Amino acid sequence: MTQILEILQGIRPESDFSASSDFIADGMLDSFDMVTLVSTLDRMYGISIDGVDIVPEHFRNLDTIASLVGKYGIRP
Amino acid sequence: MNFAFRRKRISGLLAIVPASERSFLEEMRNFNFPESRSLKLMQVMGYDKHRLVRADVCVSDLAVFGLQHLFDSDMLKPDEIDAIVLVTQSPDHFIPPTSNIIQGRLKLKQDMLCVDINQGCAGFVIGMIHAFLLLEQESIRKVVLINADVISHKTSPKDRNSYPLIGDAASVTVIERDAEDTLIHANVRMDGTRREALVIPAGGFRLPSSTETAVLEDVGDNNLRAKDHLRMDGTAVFNFVQTEVPPMIESLLGAAGIPMEAVDWFLFHQPNRFMLQKLADKMKVPSEKMPSNIVENFGNSGGVTIPLAIAFNLGRRLQAERFRVCLAGFGVGLSWASMLMPLGGLRFCKLIEIPD
Repeated sequence: MTQILEILQGIRPESDFSASSDFIADGMLDSFDMVTLVSTLDRMYGISIDGVDIVPEHFRNLDTIASLVGKYGIRP
Repeated sequence: MNFAFRRKRISGLLAIVPASERSFLEEMRNFNFPESRSLKLMQVMGYDKHRLVRADVCVSDLAVFGLQHLFDSDMLKPDEIDAIVLVTQSPDHFIPPTSNIIQGRLKLKQDMLCVDINQGCAGFVIGMIHAFLLLEQESIRKVVLINADVISHKTSPKDRNSYPLIGDAASVTVIERDAEDTLIHANVRMDGTRREALVIPAGGFRLPSSTETAVLEDVGDNNLRAKDHLRMDGTAVFNFVQTEVPPMIESLLGAAGIPMEAVDWFLFHQPNRFMLQKLADKMKVPSEKMPSNIVENFGNSGGVTIPLAIAFNLGRRLQAERFRVCLAGFGVGLSWASMLMPLGGLRFCKLIEIPD
């Protein structure tokens, strides 16, 4: 979880991701941020997140992102 | 819808791009985003350089320049052209058809067919299908397929979703009957219920352009655009491509009885590097077989990106060599289309620049 939080803070340093339960509704992540995040997660964990999984529901909070990478056998 | 064609081939291909090159690093400050975020996106999406025409350059200018180049270099004779199929979303005028304008400006013969097709990113494959259908007629021996767009005229320079990606370009593809018993497979899908994913809301008869539709608005994503400008729902388009394209290719290759490994090149529409890499991963296609370098060098020019990818990546190799290629276009409409065909032995295959 800490690694994911660090990546998110790197993408949007002005946002406090630990204080939000819905990054999308709170305007902290847009579609291009999701792309940047996926690209970083792919590289960091040596995976390729399926394109059909790149939808807002999987990027609402730390738990949903952790669950997404969990599909690829990663336990962040 | 599946198609099969026999004894048809591409005999020459020319891509035309504006000489004027713009850089994302220079344009970055126009966008309402911190530079650090834009720089990250630059790496992922492949934003770098793109080619845009001057404000007074239209589709017929690019097409006439390209065709005149072919006439002057004796690659094509004006009287050989029996049909012009123009695929564009940015016609010179609503009336008359831009294909007629091209015919008139070049003083081509009257005994021919000119037709405009309004299609975008799937427009190369759809144009090829129309050309093949025309070639079923005895009277038509050579079709010139022109794909051309100057969509920069309808894109907000303050819209980071679209502006860094778009490019203006044209291509001229000569299509004729093949003496060999070539078999070409194609398929097309359409879904107009998702038409709003890529749209220019104003400027047609539904919502004519006015001072009101020209006003730049922040539509909630920090990008400024007017109703006169291209609006792209990036998330919807991305998911459409990832969901629909892999099964379409599987169906195409299945109909042809050709395994994925037997395809030499996957020459797909070029929306951005990230989307293509995700497609290649999902389809388990080595990325070196699926070029994704058009957006970073020229921008996304809609239906022109496939012929541009062919000319840029294979170029003169196609004069001497022959490959089995899988083409796929997907976007505006929504429309998605693919084609499996042999490609090679071309009389010409190159890229030229139109000066400012």
